[in-house]
Amino acid sequence: MTNHWNDYQHSDVIMAIGSNTAENHPISMKWIGRARGRKGAKLICVDPRYCRTAAVSDLYVPIRPGTNIAYLGGLINYILQNERYHKEYVEHYTNASFLINEKFSLDKATGVFTGIEDDPVRNCKRYDRTGKVRQYPDDWQYQTDEKGNILKDPTLKSPRCSFQLLKKHYAEYTIDNVSSIIGAPTDVLEESYRLYSSTGQAGKAGNILYAMGITQFTHGAQNTRAIAIVQLLLGNMGICGGGVNAQRGQSNVQGATDMAMLYHIIPGYNPTPDERFHATLSEYLADTTPAKNWWSNRPKYIVSLLKAFYGDNASAANEFGYQWLPKLDGLDHSHIPAYKYMRDGEVEGLICVADNPLVGGSSSRAKLDYQKNLKWLVSIDVVENETASFWKGPGMNAADIDTEVFILPAAFSYEREGEKANSGRWIQWMWKCQDPPGNAKSDLWIVNEMFKKLQELYRAEGGAVPEQITMMNWDYDGPNGEIDIVKVCREINGYRVNDGTLVTNFVGLQDDGSTACGNWLYSGYYNNLENPATKKRIREREGLGFHKDWSFAWPLNRRIVYNRASCDPQGKPWNPDAPVIWWDEVQGRWVGNDVPDIPGAWSFEYATENPFIMLPEGVGRLFSIGYQGVGALIDGPFPTHYEPADSPVPNLLYPQATYNPVSQRFYEDHTVETDEERRRYPHIATTYRLVEHYQSGSVTRNQPWLVEMMPEMFVEISEEHAQELGVNNGDMLIVESKRLYKGGQQGYIEAKACVTRRIRPLRINGELKHVVGMPFHWGFMGMSKGASANDLTPSVGDPNTTIPEYKAFLCNVRRA
Amino acid sequence: MAQAMCLIDTSRCIGCRACQAACKQWNQLPAEKTTFTGSYENPPRFSSNTWCRVAFREHGDNGRVDWLMSKQGCMHCADAACMQACPAGAIYRSAFGTVNIDEVKCIGCNYCVVACPFGVVGFDRRTNKARKCTFCIDRLENGLEPACAAACPTRSIAFGDSADMLSEAMVRVDRQRAGGNVKARVYGHDEVGGTGMLYVLADEPEKYGLPADPEVSLQTRVWDVIFKPVRVIVIVAAVFGLWVTRSRTRKIEQAKSGSK
Repeated sequence: MTNHWNDYQHSDVIMAIGSNTAENHPISMKWIGRARGRKGAKLICVDPRYCRTAAVSDLYVPIRPGTNIAYLGGLINYILQNERYHKEYVEHYTNASFLINEKFSLDKATGVFTGIEDDPVRNCKRYDRTGKVRQYPDDWQYQTDEKGNILKDPTLKSPRCSFQLLKKHYAEYTIDNVSSIIGAPTDVLEESYRLYSSTGQAGKAGNILYAMGITQFTHGAQNTRAIAIVQLLLGNMGICGGGVNAQRGQSNVQGATDMAMLYHIIPGYNPTPDERFHATLSEYLADTTPAKNWWSNRPKYIVSLLKAFYGDNASAANEFGYQWLPKLDGLDHSHIPAYKYMRDGEVEGLICVADNPLVGGSSSRAKLDYQKNLKWLVSIDVVENETASFWKGPGMNAADIDTEVFILPAAFSYEREGEKANSGRWIQWMWKCQDPPGNAKSDLWIVNEMFKKLQELYRAEGGAVPEQITMMNWDYDGPNGEIDIVKVCREINGYRVNDGTLVTNFVGLQDDGSTACGNWLYSGYYNNLENPATKKRIREREGLGFHKDWSFAWPLNRRIVYNRASCDPQGKPWNPDAPVIWWDEVQGRWVGNDVPDIPGAWSFEYATENPFIMLPEGVGRLFSIGYQGVGALIDGPFPTHYEPADSPVPNLLYPQATYNPVSQRFYEDHTVETDEERRRYPHIATTYRLVEHYQSGSVTRNQPWLVEMMPEMFVEISEEHAQELGVNNGDMLIVESKRLYKGGQQGYIEAKACVTRRIRPLRINGELKHVVGMPFHWGFMGMSKGASANDLTPSVGDPNTTIPEYKAFLCNVRRA
Repeated sequence: MAQAMCLIDTSRCIGCRACQAACKQWNQLPAEKTTFTGSYENPPRFSSNTWCRVAFREHGDNGRVDWLMSKQGCMHCADAACMQACPAGAIYRSAFGTVNIDEVKCIGCNYCVVACPFGVVGFDRRTNKARKCTFCIDRLENGLEPACAAACPTRSIAFGDSADMLSEAMVRVDRQRAGGNVKARVYGHDEVGGTGMLYVLADEPEKYGLPADPEVSLQTRVWDVIFKPVRVIVIVAAVFGLWVTRSRTRKIEQAKSGSK
């Protein structure tokens, strides 16, 4: 998140959208409670069902699963039409005034922008003209003069300026249209818009917190973009109590993405090089490095990363080992296609580290079959989960399966030490409380031993591209066969190659090979061995809750990013009661409660023109395209309402629109596309979490006190729906989806009905539709077994991230 | 401290079950076998192994829905029905003002189970003992707050001295009423002489499954005031009566066998 948990106490209005925050992040309610108690803050909950968060909110807005852009677009429209935006902030700190190419437009019939073309590789459409990472259609570019300076209209009146194009794009997202799309009553809808947009004044803070309920869709990333636009319009970025606040779902998933567990990035959110466009290091750097602002430093971070990876094997003479770095090939290598490659026999081995795709992955029943093609599978986990046990799963015949399964017992988080990055980017050291039982080992030890063995084998036997493994600098052993975690921390922090001294932070990193750093963002977190910042635990006793001496927040221990925007153009805080930083005239520098997000060398004027330091434009993007090496979302400059892939109704705003045209279609005949199929699967389904269980339930479904609370899988339906089905609370239900229709046979899952008032039918495009909700925590292993909701979900995903559309699909329900 | 008190403000409860889990964990109470019956409430009632439960009650009409959630358990009443019902003197009031069962003295008669207007006392058939929430007296004795209060992330369960908790309760009710919820009220101030678990309810007690007018029943009072003091006499009389009938029976049998 751009802000942090404790900061919620400063919000005036909090919108939880796509986040059942009371259930999935209970501690958030402590800080929201503080805001309510001290400031009279209001909580708005936007959710398909009246969940535990709705129960404690001030305003609940029902929403049809998969229509978040309609809701947020309506909010943007309301803000613009009623002039509720923070005028001075928008004028100075966003690209509202920037002029866009005359040819850019949206086709109202199909909902696609100019520049669309076929993408035969991904079996869908695309916008980037050449497929190159940073290239977007010319029609989308900023207008520039002969020198390349962007043309602007500071009055924001030109029809080609970003501001007016934004207004035009969302003009159709009226209260009536949005109500029809999402199913919320118009008065509730309008009240939520009025309440939230009241934070568009200086001194008021609006906080939008979100989670999987807006990201797990074929347009998920654009949902987040829509939130960013709202927050820029209302001046809620960079201030106390504001922000675009992603609430991460695991204690260290922030760390996982920081360290680039996703294939399309390398540590520190640098793009993975692409073999088609980046044959050399200099081509890669040229394509991804802007001349201006903070990403202009990218070469220092990339070269330092390569030095960390390849050590002495990396030098200027061999492009610092760039040729050994794995590269993108234009294909998707994320979770969804990985299983398709498995089905097709192209992937023969799978290592699952604390991962359970057979319960947590999309179309999970199909995955049971696809895993049969694996030659080997390694599961590193604390229990024998469903994925590792697929060979004895429902309908499986072990005699037919040749997969060799290895289970490596892993230590629990408190049985090992290490750091975790929370949603607020705080990198907090965790100490070990007890030894793991039996042969269980820490993930760090397991990875270390595995890689050492791989290197040994590649050195002895060679292979396809052995240097990728053999040239890596791998030296983390400690005494007594253990791993020395400090060696890892030193490398992540960064050090000078010649003498091994630690760099203070990323400002010390160089592009000439004299420094090595595993993740530039983390640099500074472990810059001394006696009392590294990540281990500091000094609690702030009075103040705004920045807690600067409690752990280390990347980057540079900055708690609120883009905090230049917390002050007006003269350098005075918009809210003097909660100042983040301010300009000290006497000292001639920025001071305050947080680390200023302003490079020391920048003049006051330059800092004022460039509050969003990571972008070459320096200002927040209302209209967002890749520009000068810093990319943007590939499915359009403005979030646009597309129906989910399994859609019950045509797109109200763009009648001929399909679901997100840029989202790859991985499987034939996989989603509900015809009216006949809509009749077979008439109900709108969604999946979610319970506070009592966690993710695929592999841990919690083996914990007696949690199983006691939530003993069985269930499906939530409305009282109206139950009456139609002739079903009472607790009766068995059958739920079907297209994913379980194979060879003329309709498969299904079976679970108990929870008949509840908390789900109501929604009026969509004039018709009443039923919503069916289910938790996804259950599988066929463990103390508490049950049906897996993900057997029903589709394997289609967002075009930028390929996150599956777990939360909006169609189903049929009947009595068992 | 004079009187230990928990202030339970249901408007802050998010139904996270931390209190329920903490009680089980601190007291090492085994989990019960449960099934899903259509409610998030589980286990469905109090027992010798379930002393703290989170209630989930759905209400509402005309399209509105209210979902009320709160922790429930022993109220540690000032006018405690269980104490009055117990014939063995096994239920006592601690120095903290809490109501506790001395399991050594408990004779397993179940009177307390029946007498409690809140239905919170559980009975363990294997050991023949009544058991319920202890207000974590072992923690109180060591300067700690009860496990439920310590675990609650939103301070829906707050712990402190009764005077402080009571005045805070009034502040909370006023604030909620000022905010538009006219149904907000204190519960456990006037009821059963005042309770060690004081509630600020956002709605009527019955909506939470709490008795609207909990009181010690007339039978319990009569038992406590009239019959319990004389129970020793009753027992002696019963034993004497048994002794008399046995001797007479023996004499009759001796006479029968004698007169052949």
